[in-house]
Amino acid sequence: MLALEGVTAAYGMSPVLYDIDLRVGPAGTTSLLGRNGVGKTTLLRTIAGLHPVLAGKILFDGEDITKIKAFERARRGIGYVPQGRGVFPHLTVEDNLRVAFAAFSSRDIKIEYTVPSYVYELFPVLHKIRNRKGGLLSGGEQQQLSIGRALVTRPKLLIFDEPTEGIQPSIVQQIEEAIRRIQTELKVSILLVEHLDFVWSIADHFYVMRKGRIVDEGNPQAREAESVVPLLSV
Amino acid sequence: MGDTAVVAGQIFNGISVGSILLLAALGLVLSFGVMKVINMAHGEMLMVGGYLSYLTFHHAHGPLALPAAMLVSFVGATLLGAILDLTIIRHLYGRPLDTLIVTWGISLIFQQGARSLFGAIGVDVTAPQWLQNSISINHGLLAGVDLPYVRLFIIGVALVVLAVVALCIGRTRWGTMLRAVHQDREMAAALGVNTHLIDLAVFALGTGIAGLAGSVLALIAPVTPTVGQSYIVYAFLVVIVGGPGSLIGAALAALCVGLFSATAQIFTSVSLSDVFLLVAVILFIQFRPKGIVATHSRLLEDA
Repeated sequence: MLALEGVTAAYGMSPVLYDIDLRVGPAGTTSLLGRNGVGKTTLLRTIAGLHPVLAGKILFDGEDITKIKAFERARRGIGYVPQGRGVFPHLTVEDNLRVAFAAFSSRDIKIEYTVPSYVYELFPVLHKIRNRKGGLLSGGEQQQLSIGRALVTRPKLLIFDEPTEGIQPSIVQQIEEAIRRIQTELKVSILLVEHLDFVWSIADHFYVMRKGRIVDEGNPQAREAESVVPLLSV
Repeated sequence: MGDTAVVAGQIFNGISVGSILLLAALGLVLSFGVMKVINMAHGEMLMVGGYLSYLTFHHAHGPLALPAAMLVSFVGATLLGAILDLTIIRHLYGRPLDTLIVTWGISLIFQQGARSLFGAIGVDVTAPQWLQNSISINHGLLAGVDLPYVRLFIIGVALVVLAVVALCIGRTRWGTMLRAVHQDREMAAALGVNTHLIDLAVFALGTGIAGLAGSVLALIAPVTPTVGQSYIVYAFLVVIVGGPGSLIGAALAALCVGLFSATAQIFTSVSLSDVFLLVAVILFIQFRPKGIVATHSRLLEDA
């Protein structure tokens, strides 16, 4: 479904991603591991179209999307739940969700401009607080809104950047459960940056990054979690 | 004419000036708020609107001449803004200093262009018959106060434009997308919002409103090649005092700036009142650097 071939990216003159090859299948969860500052977020942003590619190719559904803008990628089915959640602070929860209808422009989907029921079913709290401003929500509520909003775009691939970072433990469970249901019930393919335990419980493929390169990959079912720990430690 | 009447008259003048400032500043508020683009040529859109209005009045007569002139000015300035955005502004995105200099250059080109086409001396637009009267108050405390129809008309136009823009932004799907782009451009793009199209629409709408401002301004003052210059400074003051991106802020600020100059002019000369106005604005931004309508939220405090 998604394939990166030799993707290289930089901030100004300093390269942060070198020659990345990565593949995400049409179903299931692929995960990206690595410690802070190795380029995971940049890689996800590059896939979403928010960071320019210097060299290499990004293929989605068999088409080259390397030169395509972020909003076009969203319309083709790449959903993005960023680190820091990216909630629009002065829009209500419902308006936050409605912005995502923009992804239906120039796309062959019969449009209904109402928030799909599965969003509120996955995150009942969003319905309860639908008239509240995004900036007034708690971290956990914002995270659920950010995921729900990405789902409104009806993505084929959903990118999560540390969805449980800085969120209280009781909500973390709910969010992890929601991600499982998105994978199994909504059949959305997932690319996830998360902590090792969760990755090992959900992913069917993992990549490990170090200093802007992919240094290891494998199947969590076939590997011990301990085997990648040395690559994640300082 | 009693003191009360003088004060009341000046307050009316202030509101009238404020409504023109509001029309002139709305486009700046939008383009600076949403795109972070400071358009130095915004005043020239007002000037272009004035000349378009003049040309329309030259060819059209009768009761429909004024609405036609306003429409021509609005549409003309909108198209001009769209062309500017497509050819220049969007290629300078994220380079505020370059944008500043380039749009300043554009403003000089437009001024010289107008000078070459219409001459350095202003042209006049005569307000239609039905706007030439005024309401005069002859009795009581406010005796002597004169409320010209044309000024009342301009206040009305400003209110209608403000209401329409507010409705578009607050109640339409397009407005929701615009607000999303304003608050988090990248995230809006990642959700499928065509940010280039929103920018184009915002910029063109902003210049269109300036054009409209020029066409109504032509009813009370001659259109000169530099008419934009004389309003753009105040328009920027309105943006600063109101807070970029806030319509209510802009409306309040336009009213404040208009009233302040008009009131100050009771006591002193026009140039001194400008000095006082600038001092007041400088003091104001010491205490409210984000403008009248500063917004607070969890996310903004992090930023």
